[in-house]
Amino acid sequence: MSYLNISNVDVVFPTANGAYIALREVHLEIEQGEFIAIIGHSGCGKSTVLNVVAGLLEATRGGVLLENKEVNSPGPDRAVVFQNHSLLPWLTVYENVRIAVDKVFGKSQSKAERHDWTLHNLHLVHMEHAADKLPGAISGGMKQRVGIARALAMQPKVLLMDEPFGALDALTRAHLQESVMEIQAALNNTVLMITHDVDEAVLLSDRIVMMTNGPAATVGEILTVDLPRPRNRLELADDPTYNHYRAEVLRFLYERQRRPEAA
Amino acid sequence: MSKVIALAITPPVVTETAGTASPIAEVRQPVREAANVERQPPASPAYSFPPVSKARLRAAAITRAVILPGAVFLLVLAVWMLVNAKITSDIPTPAATWARAVEIFGQPFYVAGPNDMGIGWQVLYSLGRVLAGFALAVVVGIPVGFLMGASRDVHQACYPLVQILRPVSPLAWLPIGLLVFQAKDPSAIFVIFITSIWPVIVNTAAGVQAIPQDYLNVARVLRLGKLEITRRILIPATLPHILTGMRLSLSVAWMVIVAAEMLTGGIGIGFYVWDEWNNLNVASIIVAIGLIGLVGIVLESLMNLAQRHFDYNRR
Repeated sequence: MSYLNISNVDVVFPTANGAYIALREVHLEIEQGEFIAIIGHSGCGKSTVLNVVAGLLEATRGGVLLENKEVNSPGPDRAVVFQNHSLLPWLTVYENVRIAVDKVFGKSQSKAERHDWTLHNLHLVHMEHAADKLPGAISGGMKQRVGIARALAMQPKVLLMDEPFGALDALTRAHLQESVMEIQAALNNTVLMITHDVDEAVLLSDRIVMMTNGPAATVGEILTVDLPRPRNRLELADDPTYNHYRAEVLRFLYERQRRPEAA
Repeated sequence: MSKVIALAITPPVVTETAGTASPIAEVRQPVREAANVERQPPASPAYSFPPVSKARLRAAAITRAVILPGAVFLLVLAVWMLVNAKITSDIPTPAATWARAVEIFGQPFYVAGPNDMGIGWQVLYSLGRVLAGFALAVVVGIPVGFLMGASRDVHQACYPLVQILRPVSPLAWLPIGLLVFQAKDPSAIFVIFITSIWPVIVNTAAGVQAIPQDYLNVARVLRLGKLEITRRILIPATLPHILTGMRLSLSVAWMVIVAAEMLTGGIGIGFYVWDEWNNLNVASIIVAIGLIGLVGIVLESLMNLAQRHFDYNRR
């Protein structure tokens, strides 16, 4: 049995025009320490998959097993990095991470330990210098770093990232991708990341899950990215293997699963 | 207003170097030199701005802050004097009113019997009623607003009632208050309560509804309890909206108390105005109008201060 098991998940939403089948028979097995990217066109239900794993949304049929235990409600063992950071704007950067640390380790660790752990996680994302700032006073990329620190601080079994860099400009995105690769190399997190960026998917992941278009979206193909780590963006740019993987994903997205509106 | 900025552009100084060495050295030499001086600021700035006279800026600011409002004030005085001279001499002259103001403010807190007190007391009694009614409205309105914002059913149930009662002049409630409480003071406080509660309810509910789903998802991932969600997410997220509601209701409440007291009587700035009208003491009324306005400004700025303190977007 794999570490994280998404087992034949169907998600159906009731609508005025009858049932809308968002996901059908989504099946995915993820090993501990794996970095999985889910890619697909917008509206294909990528985020729905992540929300089911997070426990924010209940599967209509099927379910999710983490270490052989069914999960059906949200919890810090499946920390989420939201697309638009969702830091609490009335708390400082430090307090935004600390609230998570207090909630998860409030009973098991002393105050000093929790303080150190908060700072440690801010350090991981290079944000300890802005610990006392309010989210309104830092840039979008910095906010997302803090969002990642907050998720990491929960020491999750699975780190869920919902298009974490989608709202950032290309340069900032590249910086954050580097940070995520560094952290993953150091901590060996199990990561499930939603993205619509082909380069990001190939650069970061061990396997890329390509989803078909909705309704009734499901796993179309799974591509194993067999590139040695640490990976370097510049070196990979001319790497034939990298470009092959990239082309595979592009072919899936633009030949086999053309956007419905573009067809 | 247009600002003209003159730019004096100095052309870059080009120094020729004598070409005695080989062509390659000639090229490399300036590069090495450039590397050496890189960190120093340029000797002369390429642009120079004419200094802006501080005195002139200050003079302009004073013009705008003092002279313009002053001109309008003088205009109002002129109209006032015109009314006195041409229309009715029952309106006292500005000079007579000023004399009355000096008299009134000379002894703001005298007490010459239960129905004859200084204007300071009148204002304080009115403020007391406003604050009592306002506090009650906040205590009741915030929880009601929270429920309406958090539950669609409660919203559906209460919204029509709120919409019907909100546009009603609060004074229409005064007879009901007098009937129920059989006393002047509670009735006036009740009217202020009714005045203040609608903006508090409506803004609190809107604030709760405006909370992004993401914050609540964060709370769910962290497994915050109901109480923690309220304390750590709902209240701080809604506070700016609540304060907006409170600011709106407080300024209306201060307007309404004057009218309410005219009807209920007793001690208070509203009844003071009415009493002076019965005594045909128009100068006192004009002084009271000015004072009511000043107190209104003070209340408004206090609420603005509170709002700025709690609004995380503006801190």
